[in-house]
This record gives sequence, C-alpha cells and structure tokens, in this order.
Amino acid sequence: MEPVFLTFVFALSIFLGFELISKVPSTLHTPLMSGSNAISGITLIGSLASLKADNMKVAIVLGTLAVAFATINVVGGYAVTDRMLGMFKKKDEGGSK
Amino acid sequence: MNVIAINFAYIISASLFIFGLKMLSSPATARRGNFLSATGMLLAIIVTLANQGLDYKWIAAGVAIGTVIGLFAAYRVQMTSMPEMVALFNGFGGIASLLLAWGEYHQHPELTAFIAIVTFLSAFIGGITFSGSMIAFGKLSEIMPSKAIVFNGQHIINAIILLTAVASAAIFAINPADSYAIFLLIVVVALIFGVTSVIPIGGADMPVVISLLNSYSGLAACAAGFVISNNILIVAGALVGASGIILTNIMCKAMNRSLTNVLFSGFGATTQAAGTGPQGEVRPANAEDVYYILEAADSVAFVPGYGLAVAQAQHVVQELGELLEENGTEVSYAIHPVAGRMPGHMNVLLAEANVPYDQLVEMDDINPRMDSVDVCVVIGANDVVNPAALDEETSPIYGMPIIETHRAKTVIVLKRSMNPGFAGIQNALFFYPNTRMYFGDAKASIQALVAEFKGD
Repeated sequence: MEPVFLTFVFALSIFLGFELISKVPSTLHTPLMSGSNAISGITLIGSLASLKADNMKVAIVLGTLAVAFATINVVGGYAVTDRMLGMFKKKDEGGSK
Repeated sequence: MNVIAINFAYIISASLFIFGLKMLSSPATARRGNFLSATGMLLAIIVTLANQGLDYKWIAAGVAIGTVIGLFAAYRVQMTSMPEMVALFNGFGGIASLLLAWGEYHQHPELTAFIAIVTFLSAFIGGITFSGSMIAFGKLSEIMPSKAIVFNGQHIINAIILLTAVASAAIFAINPADSYAIFLLIVVVALIFGVTSVIPIGGADMPVVISLLNSYSGLAACAAGFVISNNILIVAGALVGASGIILTNIMCKAMNRSLTNVLFSGFGATTQAAGTGPQGEVRPANAEDVYYILEAADSVAFVPGYGLAVAQAQHVVQELGELLEENGTEVSYAIHPVAGRMPGHMNVLLAEANVPYDQLVEMDDINPRMDSVDVCVVIGANDVVNPAALDEETSPIYGMPIIETHRAKTVIVLKRSMNPGFAGIQNALFFYPNTRMYFGDAKASIQALVAEFKGD
C-alpha cells in the first residue's frame, strides 16, 4: 500500500507545482530557479535521517557527503535568492540612488 | 520525538514551501515568501535532528562544510554569473540524491522490487543531473568551448548508454542484494550519460538546459523520497520538478523550438548556412541626433539583450532612464523571455542597477501597445527584435515570438557594427525607414547620451 500512497502524494504535488509556478511572473524566474535550488536541497532531510550512529563506514562517508552537498544547496540557495530579491525595488522605495 | 510528531512537522514545512512559492507571484511579496520557505526548511531540519540514533558528529561536519561553501558562494557571486551558480547548485542537488540512494542501498541491500526501482531512479537521475550540470557550468563559465560539440554516431552512443541503463536497472530490480557491481555500473553510466547529453547543446540553448536540469534535480530528490519513504522529499522534489518543467517549456516557446529539437539538433552547428539576408540603406545617427529624438519623446521603451550586460552598461542605462523620467518621458524596459542567459536573468541585472521592477515589462504586455510607443532603444539585442521572425518563412528564426520594436514610431539600435547576431542572421529591422543606427560600444554610447542630457 505504501508505494501507492507515496505515488499519490507525488502526483498531487506535481499538479500543485504546475498551478503555483505558472503564476510566477517572468521577472522573477531567476530567483524562482535559485529558490527551487534551495528547495531541492530537501534531500538534506533524507541524508540527515539516514546518517545513523551504527552505520557502516562507507555509508557514513556517502551520508556525510550527501549532507554537505545538500547543505550547500539549502544555505546557498536561500541566501542568494534573498540577496537577489532584495534588489527588486518599487519606484518610490528607492529606485534612485 | 516520535515519528508521528515528526511527520506532522513535515506537513507544516511543506505548507510553508507552498506559501513561499505562492508569494513569488509578485516582487512585492517574493522576499517574504523566500523567508517563509527557508523557515519551513529550518523546521524540517530541526525535527529531523530529533530522530533517535543519529550520528551527530558527521552530521555536524557535513552541515558545517556545506554552510561555509553555500554562504561564500551566495554572497560572492556576481549577478551576471547567476546561470553558472544555478547550474552548479542543480548539480549538487543531483549528487546529494545519488549519494543518499547509494548510502541507503549500502546499508540495507535487501530491497523490494519497488524500492530497487526508485533507488535506481534516484541514482540515475541524480547522476545525470550532476555530470550534466558540471558540463553546463563549464560551458557557461567558458572553461570549455560553449558551442555545440557534435560528432558522428552520437545518437548511437546515447542509445547504447540508455539500453545499458535499462538492462542494469532490470537486473538490479530482480536481485538487488547481489547486484552491488550493477549498482556501481548504473552510477557510472548515469555520469557518462549526463556528459554526452549536454555536450551537443550549444551556448545559446543553455537557458533550456539549466531549466531542464533544475527539474531533474527536483525529480531526483523525489525519487530519493520514495527510497526512504519520506513525504517531505516527495512533495518538495515534485514542486521543483514542476517548476523546472514549466520554465523549460517557456524557454522553448520563446525560441520557437521543441525540446527534442534543442536536445538533439545542435543549434548553431546547423544554421550557419543562413543566406545573405536583407540589404538596404542604413540610417546612422550620432549622439546628438539620438538626444534630440529621445528629448522629444513621450514614451521610451528600452529593449535590452545580453550584450547590455556584456558591455556592463546596466547602470548607465538606468541613469539615462532616470534623466528621461525627469524630462517627463514615460520609461519602460521591454524584456524578451530569452534575453540574458537564463530565465529572468535580464530582470535581475536591471534590478541590480536600481531599475524599479514596475518598469520591467514582459514581451506580451508591450507588444499590443507598441504602436503608441514613441521610441524603442534596442541595446545589445538582435534576434529577439528581428521582424523576419514574423514574416519571412525561410528565416531560421521564423515563428519565434519577438518584441515588435519595428512598430514603434522610431527605433534606435545601438550596435557595435553591422555584424549579424547569435543565430548568424542579418536583421531586417536595421533597414526599416523608422530605424536609426547608433554605432559604437553600448556603454560609451549611452554615456554620451547622458552627457548630452546633462549638458543643457
């Protein structure tokens, strides 16, 4: 039953994703991409949960690498998106220098 | 914390991701949306760390390394280099999913057929995403030649690779516990396939490729979610997957090409045979002429292309825009979806130069009212304003949507010389009666105009 349930969640999320993303204006497509980079760092959650204290050596190496790469995505992705979105200003809130 | 509590927290995280993406629908709320999304991620991380029996020593090491590199990259990257950074990050997402699936398999080799298949998918998509992104990064940062690398038998090699992958997946799914070597083969094949599928794609098509790899990185995370039966990975991965697919589709439409055409044809390698194109009389203008035209205009639309960023002219253009506004002129920036080297890139570059976002106008919004625009100033753009795309069926870009600057009352084209653009096609716009050519380096030309405005 579990595979069916997971696939169910997957299918609904894809449709939800299409709905949400199609409303993002093209002005914000670059922050959208860097922001979704950060979200795809969600693998971090899986990597953390699988790094158990009683793991074999190889699994520890693989897990630590996975945590490091995913953290780069999460931290770097959110930080650069925030930096970029901070540049988007309306005319009256400091469009001029 | 027990499993149920952790999973409830994941539901909250997923909701925050969704609200965060929803708030990206306007520049006014986007930054808060990103913050919400980050909060959701932090919540998910904290509750996951409350799991029993984790190896905190190694977790701390991995998180510390990742945080330092991530922050360093995020605050040091130039906005012109955003495509490279996104390409790299796509790759990191892919490799993380591959490593996660590998680690899980190494630890528990007894898999059901279903888990074996998703483990294969996670490793395979993750591997393609990683090596493909590294090639895309190499091309974008010009470490390697950005043009399409095409050789004989490329399709046959790709077909062999795919067959090997499918066969290995089948063997792996039937008996995962004894197929460690097969799993390693899958990883190697995925890495090779990533390389062979991206090298034949030319530099001009990179926006499509990074959008597609963005989608893959999400789908790889999704597959990893199936491997460890974790809903939050599936939901978040699917959102990213959907986002990448939509962006890929938008990019393909904006270039009037199908995805298969982008992936398999090697643009630039095939269209060099384009004819001599239109000929006619060109009307050059100097800074003073252009100044008088702009000074008298009620509405001016700048049409920037990537050449603007190459010339580092964003800031002077913004300065000129401001002077025009002081002069009572309505200023806007009309941006083609493929201007820049990734979706939305030009908007970020202009925002960085303090252009307010309410002046950034999409192609579909400016075209219907183009007839009422007094002056279009085309800077560093060429193919995206070529009227041949509308009316010349033999043109290689025929059918591509363009910003219809030729319908404005006057068009001023800033250009270094009469050389044709990216696609190697001469531009009929240059010979229109309402077009004036303003030759020279984009930055110096705009600076001359700014000086003219300040001069009186």
